[in-house]
Amino acid sequence: MSARVGVDEAIADAYRREWGYVLAATLRVTGDIDLAEECVQDAFGRAVSAWSARGVPDRPGAWLTTVARRRAIDVLRHAASEVRAISKVDDSDEVIIERVSDDRLRLIFTCCHPALTIETQVALALRLLCGLSTEEVARAFLVSESTMAARLTRGKKKIREAHIPYRVPPDVDLPIRLEAVLSAIHLVFTTGHTAPMGTELVRGDLVDSALHLAQMLHELLPDDGEATGLLALIIVTDARRDARVGDDGTMTLLSEQDRSRWDQDAIARGSALVKEALSQAPPGRFALMAAIAAVHAEAPSWPETDWAEILGLYDVLMRVWPSPVVALNRAVAMGFAEGPEAALTLLEELRGDPRLTSYAYLASARADFLRRLGRRSEARDAYREALALQTNEVERTYLDRRLRELVD
Amino acid sequence: MTEYLVLIYDDKAKMATAGPETFNTLMREHDEFGKSNATSLRGGNALEMTISATSLRRDTNGKLVVTDGPFAETKEILGGYYVIEASDLDAAIAIASQVPAPFGGVEVRPIRVFD
Repeated sequence: MSARVGVDEAIADAYRREWGYVLAATLRVTGDIDLAEECVQDAFGRAVSAWSARGVPDRPGAWLTTVARRRAIDVLRHAASEVRAISKVDDSDEVIIERVSDDRLRLIFTCCHPALTIETQVALALRLLCGLSTEEVARAFLVSESTMAARLTRGKKKIREAHIPYRVPPDVDLPIRLEAVLSAIHLVFTTGHTAPMGTELVRGDLVDSALHLAQMLHELLPDDGEATGLLALIIVTDARRDARVGDDGTMTLLSEQDRSRWDQDAIARGSALVKEALSQAPPGRFALMAAIAAVHAEAPSWPETDWAEILGLYDVLMRVWPSPVVALNRAVAMGFAEGPEAALTLLEELRGDPRLTSYAYLASARADFLRRLGRRSEARDAYREALALQTNEVERTYLDRRLRELVD
Repeated sequence: MTEYLVLIYDDKAKMATAGPETFNTLMREHDEFGKSNATSLRGGNALEMTISATSLRRDTNGKLVVTDGPFAETKEILGGYYVIEASDLDAAIAIASQVPAPFGGVEVRPIRVFD
């Protein structure tokens, strides 16, 4: 009984840890994602009986890779019709003892190719690199399983028919392509950290997947400042997880969080990575966002937050990545550094930006500063505006509470 | 190696305001493009404007209906095309990005191969 439980755990563990490795290595043989997926699934299937009978191998990943690749070679040899290859077929019989890091890097760049929509990029990355099932990915993005299955199928079809190559882009293209990969991973993280819809604030499976992908990328590209920055950003931001949602399921603002619940080890690790990321001049947007998160994380309490430093970092970030969301966040920092009126002046300007018209956080930021200034009726209007735009239940509950506090 | 169709789309309004110098430069640039990518090109042509297009459809009775103009009225019109051969999409994009398309852009579509 306990032996079987051990095997089940090993298999479940292998799904999480090894899927990306095994798939990427098998893809090198098949040149076709669908076939690679089938072979990997087949290998996992065989693992259940083989490991139950003969014990869990020392290197489950190596075992699975060998079996999956052998199956792929078998299938290709017996195939009646030509498998449309997306790269040169590698049918060497060598037993894989060492993981080839390049394989996963190739797979990341293939999944995150700009010729695919961002939703498809993210879905493929979660499915192929993190080993999430189609159902798990569907649940993460709150769509039906059939919708997600169709999205994945279309993505793989595009890769196959347009011949998106399975390789790490040449150096000349790397900066742009890497930016796409970082954006995709960041999107997975932000979706998980503050879920845009649904009843939970945090979707742990997405955050864990983002962390897994960011760690993988950092391992594969240790000298890249932005890959380091993204990993640092995720670690430091997620360190606050336990303090963000109260026991009653309500949202706790950064200003009110119990900082003793923050993961100090994660903060230390993240801060070290921030320093590393910033040592690469000029600093990129992820390194800067991570630095901002680190300044928050290092403040022992909200009143002790170094707002001047945060504002300075936002000034640099605006030059590197002048997005309206960054402008909004900078305005909020200005509000805490120099007072609510300063924030409101900037926030009023942003109301004219068409890219922010359906962005709930602009309205909720205005509402908060208006509330602090005692401008109650304007604050009420702003909270109502935010509620009209906010789709996450936990955030809505918070906004509703603030609104009711002002109606009396 | 795969063949791709590179479709050149032009914004009608932008084209309308362009003068003869712009078009002369464009001709020259297409010529240069052709020379620089000679080994990858399998064909290509400029198309006459959509006012000279004729569309054919069948009505519900199967009868041929001939109409004046392009198949669909769009803001951007098909101005020309190239057929290129490339090892993969990245290589195709590298070539297609050199196609002069000052009034819009290009679409890169793989040509289907039937086994």
